Amino acid sequence: MKSFEYTITDPVGIHARPAGVLVKEIKKYASTVTVNKGEKSVNALKLMALMGMGIKQGDTIRIDVDGADEETAAAEIEAFFKANL
Amino acid sequence: MITIQGKGVSTGVALGPLYFYQRAKSTVSRYTVTDTDAEWARFKTAQEKAVEQLGELAEKARAEAGDEAAMLFETHQMMAEDLDFEESIQTAINENKLNAEAAVSDTAGQFAEMFAAMDDAYFQARAADVKDVAGRILGILTGAVAGGVDSPVPVILAADDLAPSETVQLDKSKILGFITEGGSGSSHTAILARTMGIPAIIGVGKALTPETAGHEVIIDGSNGNILIDADEASRVKMLKKMEEQKKIQALLDELKGKPNVTKDGQSVRIYCNIGSPDDVAAVLKNDAGGVGLFRSEFLYLNCDDYPDEDYQFEAYKKALSDMGGREVVIRTLDIGADKQIGYFNLPNEENPALGNRALRICLNRPEIFHTQIRALYRASAFGKLSIMFPMVTSVWEVREAKKMCERVKKELTDEGIPLDNEVEVGIMIETPAAAVISDRLAKEVDFFSCGTNDLTQYTLACDRQNNDLGRFFNPHHPAVLRLLKMVCDNAHKNGIWVGICGELGADLALTETFLSIGIDELSVSPRSVLPLRQKVREIDVRVVREKVLADLMGDANTEI
Repeated sequence: MKSFEYTITDPVGIHARPAGVLVKEIKKYASTVTVNKGEKSVNALKLMALMGMGIKQGDTIRIDVDGADEETAAAEIEAFFKANL
Repeated sequence: MITIQGKGVSTGVALGPLYFYQRAKSTVSRYTVTDTDAEWARFKTAQEKAVEQLGELAEKARAEAGDEAAMLFETHQMMAEDLDFEESIQTAINENKLNAEAAVSDTAGQFAEMFAAMDDAYFQARAADVKDVAGRILGILTGAVAGGVDSPVPVILAADDLAPSETVQLDKSKILGFITEGGSGSSHTAILARTMGIPAIIGVGKALTPETAGHEVIIDGSNGNILIDADEASRVKMLKKMEEQKKIQALLDELKGKPNVTKDGQSVRIYCNIGSPDDVAAVLKNDAGGVGLFRSEFLYLNCDDYPDEDYQFEAYKKALSDMGGREVVIRTLDIGADKQIGYFNLPNEENPALGNRALRICLNRPEIFHTQIRALYRASAFGKLSIMFPMVTSVWEVREAKKMCERVKKELTDEGIPLDNEVEVGIMIETPAAAVISDRLAKEVDFFSCGTNDLTQYTLACDRQNNDLGRFFNPHHPAVLRLLKMVCDNAHKNGIWVGICGELGADLALTETFLSIGIDELSVSPRSVLPLRQKVREIDVRVVREKVLADLMGDANTEI
């Protein structure tokens, strides 16, 4: 499993549209991607649960990537966060 | 060819397929199912259809407005297919033996609640996305059609009559014209049609039969003619008329930018009546000087619960900033009578037009009024706002309403929220009582705006919704016009301005009368602005005034 931490810079956080973009990105990979904030963690493919975490600007989250393509997936997803969120 | 005669209430000629309005079912049925597999399959089919529809919407949005706009619908697609959402519906069907409609409705309710309970306004607002998606699936399950028009091409929409909440939700890009069975010239369908600048014909009764659905129909709003499957000669004639109208429109376009001033130099402000911030585009396109009546009801009609302060603030702010510093008169909540909203839980009344409506509701339920007045004053920092109270009959009502304004101004100042301290506060004159005591009311406010639809209904004791009253409902009645003159005189004696924001303002047969009695502002539907400007510029008040006033105030039984 690969993990990385990321602090959200998007002023509105992971609301509907960014969450949708994220889910779309994650669907490209075979690995299971989990988003963790504090005690809570959700499968990043679950759009509503992801939105339900209420991740806002300034929040630091940890992303776990687990699966056959975890090396490339983690690197690309991290780059995606930096570019979009 | 079938010809039908109705009453034209919005001019113009339109040609298109005839479409009968489909009313969405308002209640979700709830029952126990035995074959849960079949019920699950029903849900899956509806879900697939919803995803497909959303995909089409996304592509349409992408073509019209780019990737950003499309993404919203793609997100809705993902919500419709969301694993947790699906799982919760599956549990409701398999374990609780619920039918698919109830399962979707309950699940959507739970998710919407989750968002609504979050501490961030942005996430709270996502509850609306969930409801939107669930509503689409429910619509497919029950066979109802969202927005009432499910057609790939624009249509001529036929209905018995449309409620205000229904007209608000229509996909207006799909409508070329309206035909209704009942209704009156003051009905909401008629008003909407005039705002949109498309033809409307009302009062056709049961003349339209369902078999004609999909047939080509031509309607002429200027004379109320309806032609179904027109013969070649009639078709050519009507198409020629459409062309002529376009030419007239082009002529009127020349009047853009010209002042509304009579030959002898008297000027009048021509403003617009609108029902939502989206209508501002039409106001600007037709070169109106401002908005004389912004009906705030749409905010309430569009919601399932009382719209909160932020939601209202955003809508008012948008209208004010889009109008770029031109005056916008926003009328506070005017429901009751023919405009009912479920969540207000208003008791049924024998005579709703004489009942608990408009400002009366606001004064009896100050918490609702407080929210709206706060939203209005917060928005005042973004343009030139004026506030107007509807349905006034007494001085004390105005004083009580103004007290709320003072309270809100103080609150916002204490909270350090910017506002415009110069906001004008005015009232509608739409009851005979207000007209008769307009000398006293003028001392309390900055302006009057006469709502002629209600003023006519109350003065003549004629229900404006009752289309059987026809010739008895006469807005040209001297009693109505004399009241208007009285209101004008009292306003001017007290140094305030007076306008007309009812349908009568656009009646070119009365423009000479209005200018002669000294009306300062006429607020009309956007498409009426330029014809009215043309009329004003042809009038010489010095020439007509004496005769107009003699006809109006004299005891001879003239035709006025």
